[in-house]
Amino acid sequence: MFVYIVRRLLQMIPVLLGVILVVFLIMQMVPGDPAVLLAGEGASAETIAKIRTQLGLDQPVMVQYFHYVTDVMTGDLGTSLRSNLPVFDEIMARLPATIELAIASIFVTVVLGMVAGIISATKQYSAADITIMIVALLGVSLPSFWLGLSLIYYFSVKLQWFPVAGWGTWKHMVLPAITLGTAGAAIVARMTRSSMLDVVRQDYIRTARAKGLREQVIVYKHALKNALIPIITVVGLQFGFLLGGTVLVESVFAINGLGRLIVDAIRMRDLPVVQGGVLIASVIFVFVNLLVDVLYRYFNKRIDLN
Amino acid sequence: MPGQQEKILDVRNLQTHFFTDDGVSKAVDGVDFSLNKGETLGLVGESGCGKSITSLSILRLIASPPGKIVGGEILFKGQDLIAKSEAEMRKIRGNEISMIFQEPMTSLNPVYTVGEQIAEVLRLHQNMGRKEAWEKAVDMLRLVGIPSPEKRATQEPHELSGGMRQRVMIAMALACRPEILIADEPTTALDVTIQAQILELMKKLQAEMGMSIIMITHDLGVVAETCDRVAVMYAGKVVEYTTAKNLFENPKHPYTIGLMNSLPRLDEDVEELVAIKGNVPSPFNMPTGCRFAPRCPHATELCHSKLPELLTSDDGSKVRCWMYTPEWDGASKTATEMGV
Amino acid sequence: MMMTADQTKKPLLKVQNLKQHFPIKGGILGRTVNHVKAVDDVSFTIFEGETLSIVGESGCGKSTTGRAILRLDEPTSGSVFFEGKDLLAMSKSQMRSMRKDLQVIFQDPFASLNPRQSVAQILGEALAIQNIVPANQRRERIIELLSHVGLRPDQIDRFPHEFSGGQRQRIGIARALAMQPKLIICDEAVSALDVSIQAQVLNLLKSLQKEFKLTYLFISHDLGVVRHISDRVMVMYLGKVVEIADKKSLFDSPQHPYTQALLSAIPVPDVSKKQERIILRGDVPSPINPPQGCRFHTRCPLAVERCKTEVPALTNVHSTHQVACHLVP
Repeated sequence: MFVYIVRRLLQMIPVLLGVILVVFLIMQMVPGDPAVLLAGEGASAETIAKIRTQLGLDQPVMVQYFHYVTDVMTGDLGTSLRSNLPVFDEIMARLPATIELAIASIFVTVVLGMVAGIISATKQYSAADITIMIVALLGVSLPSFWLGLSLIYYFSVKLQWFPVAGWGTWKHMVLPAITLGTAGAAIVARMTRSSMLDVVRQDYIRTARAKGLREQVIVYKHALKNALIPIITVVGLQFGFLLGGTVLVESVFAINGLGRLIVDAIRMRDLPVVQGGVLIASVIFVFVNLLVDVLYRYFNKRIDLN
Repeated sequence: MPGQQEKILDVRNLQTHFFTDDGVSKAVDGVDFSLNKGETLGLVGESGCGKSITSLSILRLIASPPGKIVGGEILFKGQDLIAKSEAEMRKIRGNEISMIFQEPMTSLNPVYTVGEQIAEVLRLHQNMGRKEAWEKAVDMLRLVGIPSPEKRATQEPHELSGGMRQRVMIAMALACRPEILIADEPTTALDVTIQAQILELMKKLQAEMGMSIIMITHDLGVVAETCDRVAVMYAGKVVEYTTAKNLFENPKHPYTIGLMNSLPRLDEDVEELVAIKGNVPSPFNMPTGCRFAPRCPHATELCHSKLPELLTSDDGSKVRCWMYTPEWDGASKTATEMGV
Repeated sequence: MMMTADQTKKPLLKVQNLKQHFPIKGGILGRTVNHVKAVDDVSFTIFEGETLSIVGESGCGKSTTGRAILRLDEPTSGSVFFEGKDLLAMSKSQMRSMRKDLQVIFQDPFASLNPRQSVAQILGEALAIQNIVPANQRRERIIELLSHVGLRPDQIDRFPHEFSGGQRQRIGIARALAMQPKLIICDEAVSALDVSIQAQVLNLLKSLQKEFKLTYLFISHDLGVVRHISDRVMVMYLGKVVEIADKKSLFDSPQHPYTQALLSAIPVPDVSKKQERIILRGDVPSPINPPQGCRFHTRCPLAVERCKTEVPALTNVHSTHQVACHLVP
């Protein structure tokens, strides 16, 4: 296992370099001259040229890229065009909120999804099963901002159980987490259901029954651990969508997180922030994938690790 | 037939049907046999004859839907298992009646250690604490001949070979000292030299623990090695039911004879194997009359129209065939004439 | 390793020093750390018109040998001479034209036929690939093939799932026959069939051999079947040949302790014959780290010191009987 982790970490290096390259190239392809944008309307040609030199934009692309890579390695993601603060600091100030939101949402996705999926699988074709599957379909189809706004309307405005917006206490987390986690929960529920149905047909479940074990023990002890493998894979994939989804949810609930930062930066043409934000988000995603793969390996011992 | 023995299991007219979208599959359709204390009964037949479904019915492990035991009785120590509740059956499974299956590679849970899987049964039925159950589990592994049992108990199934996994299955099944062990093709998936080891182990344990065994197999060699009495099944019914000795020396039913003739033998050479023509009938569409008639070289009008009963012959064996009844017109044939 | 036997028989296939080592990757950088020595220096000859069986338990390398001969997995080293030409030295395109003469029938009648192709398509494809007959004559030829294997012409447009296991195996045989091959490798061809169907298929294989002058390499773990269908038998253990002999010799007087144990382990359907069983202790060792010296020494009831260090060579006991064991003769 240790060897596997080391090997994967080594493999991550080319992946991260690739991410940096892609982000850099995308920025190069964005229309508009950053120097002109920065200088503002009606700036003189000299000012623009001066800014261009400052930003290093007059150098060949390869050199710019090299500078960018070395900068990133040392943690220098540039300076925000809007606030003039280091991009890195701007991101780090907002990252915790996004990560907390993501974790809370994953929690909703996994717990809600798996419980629903297990109920569905153990009571296949019953009313509960069909209801859950229909709700799951709705969960996947409903736009998250609509869901978010509806939840705010009923639970914050009408019932006043939760704050309308903002971040800070556990109460602030509930509605955004539900909003963001629902679509994932629906997918996890469906995957849990099919994985459990598959596992329950296996020979070792028949053996467990022949031993006289109760159905509950068979489902939660014998079947579930085996069913986890495809579920973990799906949860891992969901994390990517989750990162994207934070953008909308942070906007709806006015949470000061990374998603909102990136969106605002795009609108304001604050390229360094966009670049830095996307990069950080990608790095997080790569690490999460590694975690998922390690978990997968831990649970999937049937296959020879070689 | 041996003198009065204690009957521990009595299956009477067992019928297990499957209700599917394609119709009703009468997989087990009137099966009768009994098991005496300490003996090994063979349940023999090819795939689709219903032998596995019969054994699963005894432990009430038939998936319902689509399966259902629609008739008959299964008397275990005088009580009908079909009438028992699920909770009562759970007390019997793994405890008084145990079962081992054909595929040792997939019959053990891959994510738990083998020690845990054995200890689980002990904690469940014998109310043992964790430590005690674990130690007993290691003892069981030793009993079934696994070297370094303390170490092996901490391993997961994929770390063991096929033969060892089957030994683990046996240890798990015998942990609570059941009265009956149902072995469903226990050696079919194993190499021949390992098969010999497992059969020897089962015989040894039977002698030590005094349990009765139902040995389900399609291999007549295994039957000769291990069984005291045999029930031959075809298309959901028992067609011949006698001692092993009688079965091999004087087989009666044309299907039994056909099976024996179609076996390539190790000890003799034949130019051509006498194959049974045709195929096993579909359980959705059983022929009227004797189910073997479409493939039987001796079938007559009577055979195609009326189902024969399982009747006792003069030597004590039971056979389901018109040839052994007074209604048979045409010269009665002896075993030698039928080409055994 | 030429047999000094019957010089009138022409060798059709000659395998020399065949090795198949599968690499195992491991470590941080995924290098090859070890090999599964599935087939380790195997040599034998098959003569025209005969049936040679390779027999052994799981992991002995018999199926791998069959696949290596056909280059379904590329062998690590060795030569396979078919009618004098080394198959392993050929280019892929040269090999492709040789495949017409070397056909195979697989074990699983359910997995070896494409479920989306009808019988006509399966057999038609076979005929088309090697261009056996022109397109307009194909359907006729297919019907002819079906009749050879005992299937009716009206089944020509059916799909595999509409047939039983035994019938599917017949389709597999027809597919092999379509090429008009010289050698057919039967890889556990009857193992997945019920006993009564097995008999039908074995009889069919035997009659086809006579009719079309076929040569068979029959791979099986079932000694009863092997006894019925073979002329000569080769016993393998952990990637090596331990004994090779004509059928009668092998079954009447097996020389190698493994062969003896194998034969005695098989339960005989006869209550009166209570034999002295040789029960081998322990499991088959791993082909990744096979035992030193004679591979069988860890389980052999007769092993001596020499067996632990020296690999025994195949030596002649008799003109048609060879054994690899230090204790024989």
